[in-house]
Amino acid sequence: MTAPALARPRFRERAAGVTDSASWLGRLMLAPAVLYIVLVVAVPFLMAIGYSFSTVTIGTSTPRFVGLENFRSALEDTAFLKALGNTAIFAVVSQTLVIVLASILAIALQRKFRGKWLVRMLILLPWVAPISLGSIGWLWIFDPVYSVINWTLRHVGLFGPDTWPIWLGQPKLAMASIIGVHVWRTMPLATIISLGGLSSIPQDIHDAAEVDGAGFFRHLFVITLPLVLPILLVAVLFGLVFSITDMIVVYVLTRGGPFDSTQVLASLAFFKSIDGGDLSGGAAVALFLLPVLAVCAVLLLRLARRSEVV
Amino acid sequence: MADPRKVAGGVVNFGVIAAFTAFASFPFAWMLITTFKQTRDLLDPSHNPFIYTAPPTLEHLRVLFQDTLFLHWVVNTLFVGVVVVIITLLLAVPAGYSLARLTGSAGEKLGIGIFLTYLVPPTILFIPLSRLVAMLGLQDSLWALVLVYPSFTVPFCTWLLMGFFKVIPKDVEEAAMIDGHSRFGAFLRVILPMSVAGLLTTVIFSFTLVMQEFVYGLTFITTSKNLTLSVGVPTFLVRGDVYFWGSLMGACFLASVPIAFLYNLFVDRFIAGFTVGAVKG
Amino acid sequence: MATVETKALRKEFTGHTAVDGVDLAIREGEFLVLLGPSGCGKTTLLRMIAGLETQTSGDILIGGKVVNELPPRTRKIAMVFQSYALYPHLSVAKNIAFPLKAQGAPRESIAGEVERAAKMFGIERLLQRKPRQLSGGERQRVALARAVVRHPDVFLLDEPLSNLDAKLRTLARDELKQFQRRLGTTTLYVTHDQVEAMGLGDRIAVMSGGKVRQLGPPQEVYDDPADTFVAGFLGSPPMNLVTVDGVLVGFRPEQLLPVSAASAEAATVPMRFAVERVEHLGAGRLLYGTLPDYAPTEKVIVSLAYTVHSSIEAGHTYEFRVHQSNLKFFDPTTGLRVPSRALPARKSA
Repeated sequence: MTAPALARPRFRERAAGVTDSASWLGRLMLAPAVLYIVLVVAVPFLMAIGYSFSTVTIGTSTPRFVGLENFRSALEDTAFLKALGNTAIFAVVSQTLVIVLASILAIALQRKFRGKWLVRMLILLPWVAPISLGSIGWLWIFDPVYSVINWTLRHVGLFGPDTWPIWLGQPKLAMASIIGVHVWRTMPLATIISLGGLSSIPQDIHDAAEVDGAGFFRHLFVITLPLVLPILLVAVLFGLVFSITDMIVVYVLTRGGPFDSTQVLASLAFFKSIDGGDLSGGAAVALFLLPVLAVCAVLLLRLARRSEVV
Repeated sequence: MADPRKVAGGVVNFGVIAAFTAFASFPFAWMLITTFKQTRDLLDPSHNPFIYTAPPTLEHLRVLFQDTLFLHWVVNTLFVGVVVVIITLLLAVPAGYSLARLTGSAGEKLGIGIFLTYLVPPTILFIPLSRLVAMLGLQDSLWALVLVYPSFTVPFCTWLLMGFFKVIPKDVEEAAMIDGHSRFGAFLRVILPMSVAGLLTTVIFSFTLVMQEFVYGLTFITTSKNLTLSVGVPTFLVRGDVYFWGSLMGACFLASVPIAFLYNLFVDRFIAGFTVGAVKG
Repeated sequence: MATVETKALRKEFTGHTAVDGVDLAIREGEFLVLLGPSGCGKTTLLRMIAGLETQTSGDILIGGKVVNELPPRTRKIAMVFQSYALYPHLSVAKNIAFPLKAQGAPRESIAGEVERAAKMFGIERLLQRKPRQLSGGERQRVALARAVVRHPDVFLLDEPLSNLDAKLRTLARDELKQFQRRLGTTTLYVTHDQVEAMGLGDRIAVMSGGKVRQLGPPQEVYDDPADTFVAGFLGSPPMNLVTVDGVLVGFRPEQLLPVSAASAEAATVPMRFAVERVEHLGAGRLLYGTLPDYAPTEKVIVSLAYTVHSSIEAGHTYEFRVHQSNLKFFDPTTGLRVPSRALPARKSA
């Protein structure tokens, strides 16, 4: 009793080629992206460094090498020093607020409730909306005559007849407003990322803490927050990078004013190059961002590696 | 039956969420209200800004669509968005796969390097890039943006896709290779179809990044007809000191909310990809 | 040390009843095992007793006191989770100390208690390590140390051995039972592994579909199953169940023996066994075949111990015997046990 012979499938014989080899295929698939990045990011980056060491204006075609001159004159320029200080203040203050607010919100969002999807979309709006458009919205909210904040607070009785803050017109208020808009914009990302981190804590750990007798605060501060912290810090580092390098919020809301009180390195670099025509000076200013960015990048990577806590 | 502490906790919780949601979305709600307010109602400081003292109007929207270049900007943005997304997919998908599977520990380091280029800010690069654009004769053309925008979408998406591809079990590819495909064939025929979610996330995220970009759009494009939404709205809907708030707010709302809706659909995957990529290195 | 009782305990989730009216009375110092397949409700039951889930209806009493509304921390219980749930960012010492701190124990006493608990499980030298630096067995001991440190009235254990290597499991089981005997704490233990259940339990509650099918000491549950579920769940290979004349007849694989090995008592029933396949397992043999006289189409497994020397070959039929008392009878529709009766003798075909 023999079974009928099955038709033998023909194994296609093809010579082993590039599409089989892991290493060659790997290089081939990676090449276009790497090539593009080298041409459009690395080369211009080196060019920017080159500009900062020479004199290049919008008019010139032959740059002259001047060494560290641009950097030296930047450090002597009060506008630059003010911008440097502002950049630091804005970034640090806004992201500190973001850490606190994002963790509170992420913990509150843990609870199950209906309409979570809608809430999440609303909370994401500041992050997703084009930065310039969100800023214009705030420009209207901060309007010197029609500010809805002022109108509301006066109507509710918190503002007296003499209180009418010009949000973008007074230096300290303008700084606070810029910080506020940065917080508004970067908080959603930090929140969503923290939520991800929170849900990656196994439920067992929460149960064990409950059985072991931890009350609300002990549970929160000794168990939950330490376990979320690494991921939260990664989110904050991103936020730091975005707020340090951002020129859009300042450009739209204050153009750096009043009296340079809200000028930051990124916007200063922009105005120097475009309005002032001084490309080298602009490049030098912009390059001061680099050390900070490098530190952030290193911290980010280290934290991300170490956050393998489990 | 109800524990008063639990009820109080629930109320606080709800309050916190309500407060933050209001903080985040208020400017957009405000944009919406302003869009439909008649100018004489809008610009009267004695009127309550939250109610329509004069009946709501569609005039601002009409002006926006018919008397301004808004629709041009929408078309421009869509054009740049679609082309850049395609370029990004063509570059980042193979690169992400290569880094996830084919290049070992050297690949890990290269992947990190690629991601770090995302952190190089446009405020450094826009100066030499504008020279490059001028040299290529692309100034004032949307093609300049198409050329330059992948400089931030590709690094970011490569890293994102790396995270996605890493999570796909190797056995699936190995089974495909035993069944007769080459490595590349396994990638095309098996891995890609399995990664549709990751690819869609990449599409949405790149498109969002394109929509948000401002610096390059401001420096490379000068003719108002050629602007993108992100640049055109804040710069050209303003005549000197006069802001056309109604139309301006309408434009802002229309250019922000729909993309946020799409983004919300995919953010779960982003977080999954993000935490995998970040934590596992 | 306390008793644990549940009365008509129910837990319903949307569309599905996880625990369907369970009455349980665990004696003081007893080691009670909840045994059942996944989804039978045993873990949900445990979690309700712990206070991690709220019951839909019914009562839970610990030490005679109703604890229905009380949160876990006031129930004087300790729990060991399947994953051990060690706090990954805290050292072993801090893990063990955590319950003491949470309950406000005086600071001076904490270090001493941690030492004591660590010594009990031999993990003193691991106190400064973090959980990720420990092996599975070590983590389990830390989880146990954390559980004892508060001197709870009840231990709740959720499959604590299932994440250990098979080789470690038997030893760990022995240590666990010894330690419970020494402490004398009432213990409720959840598992799906019937060998573990038989080895550890003073009594076993066999669960399925949210109900307790049978509650009793291991030998009773094994020898005297209340229904076909219990009969089939305990014992490996499971009890043979064949339909004879409209009734289910069950007997365990080790209870059907070749004539040469069976005791020559009058109360044995002769059964011919047609062997289809023999597996040599080292410690014994498994024979796969049928009973041609009673149920020629149903697969029957016989387990012959090493000490049974009869020569058995596949493809042959042999005379086997089983004790009348080892035959259990079940109703084919309900699965419930029915009184034993005599099997009609069969003449060979």
